[in-house]
Amino acid sequence: MVKLTVNQKEYQVDASPDMPLLWVLRDVLGLTGTKFGCGMALCGACTVHLNGEAVRSCVTLLERAAGQQITTIEGLSADNSHPLQKAWIQADVPQCGYCQSGQIMSAAVLLRENPHPTDKDIDDAMTGNICRCGTYPRIRKAIHLAAQLQEGGAQ
Amino acid sequence: MKKVIYTLMTTIFLGMVFMSFHKEPASASAVSTKPATTSPGLPAPGADKAASQKAFLAVYKVLMSPRCMNCHPSGDAPLQGDDSHPHAQNVQRGAEGKGVYALKCTNCHQPQNTPGENMPPGNPKWSLPPADMKMVFQGRTPRQLAAQLLDPKLNGGRTKQQLIDHVTSDTLVLWGWHPGDGRTTPPLNHAEFARQFKRWIDKGAYLPDK
Repeated sequence: MVKLTVNQKEYQVDASPDMPLLWVLRDVLGLTGTKFGCGMALCGACTVHLNGEAVRSCVTLLERAAGQQITTIEGLSADNSHPLQKAWIQADVPQCGYCQSGQIMSAAVLLRENPHPTDKDIDDAMTGNICRCGTYPRIRKAIHLAAQLQEGGAQ
Repeated sequence: MKKVIYTLMTTIFLGMVFMSFHKEPASASAVSTKPATTSPGLPAPGADKAASQKAFLAVYKVLMSPRCMNCHPSGDAPLQGDDSHPHAQNVQRGAEGKGVYALKCTNCHQPQNTPGENMPPGNPKWSLPPADMKMVFQGRTPRQLAAQLLDPKLNGGRTKQQLIDHVTSDTLVLWGWHPGDGRTTPPLNHAEFARQFKRWIDKGAYLPDK
């Protein structure tokens, strides 16, 4: 059994230590907001936070996550009130939506470390998250909007 | 009186000889831009310019191989593959050499290699040199690289012994010989690389001519 803290809730997981964290989240814990894209850390669809950092859960083994703090899209806020979630809705960002939880989890790290990102900062932070629908202009717009919401306090 | 003068002169002469033998060879005493042989003073016992230079040229081939050079780029993006192309995803060095924002090195690179071809290689220390001490290999001539390695202002404050220790036992250096599936290894095995590096230093740490 491996002890895991996901979205501030503790779990005892009966899984092999070398199982990818993504498998544990989706198939063992039923947290299916995080998506499988490439399985090779190339696309960013599986991005979750491990102690606050935007790791690729498809290549992160359960043993690395054991005893650490995991946050998935389901735990970013209790009621979709995170500035990024509000901005995403307001800017109507998703098309098919498959990559969007990974996009938001990556953007959350950007905004935490740089509350007023420029377009270049956004490029530097988000280029590793691929969107096959090409929603990049709306992602950029929503991140700027979320920065404003964050500054004014989430409304 | 003659005896006193004779004794005094002998003492001064012996003192000069003693001091000259306590100077290190030029290349060993730091700053990079000076060639090894321009400084006055006799080389240390065991110094051998030709042997030292030859050893460094063997070391150089390893340092310029993709497993070493890809994380010592001339720009601020790491390199990938045996053709040393810029890292996909616009990965950036960052101030500490650990990437930026959502693209930090260890977000994808695990403490160990992820099995399978084209999967992320890994090591607990996976990173580039920091922005204020880039230790660039890419594009350096053997002479430039040797000088850079010896300069404490450019090598992270390392002494020659610490340089030897670094290439001999640092886990990220050793990763180059265990790079995971589908990656070539440097042209010398690690033991021979470490031996040639130590030989370069022991024989006087001379800079190659070019």
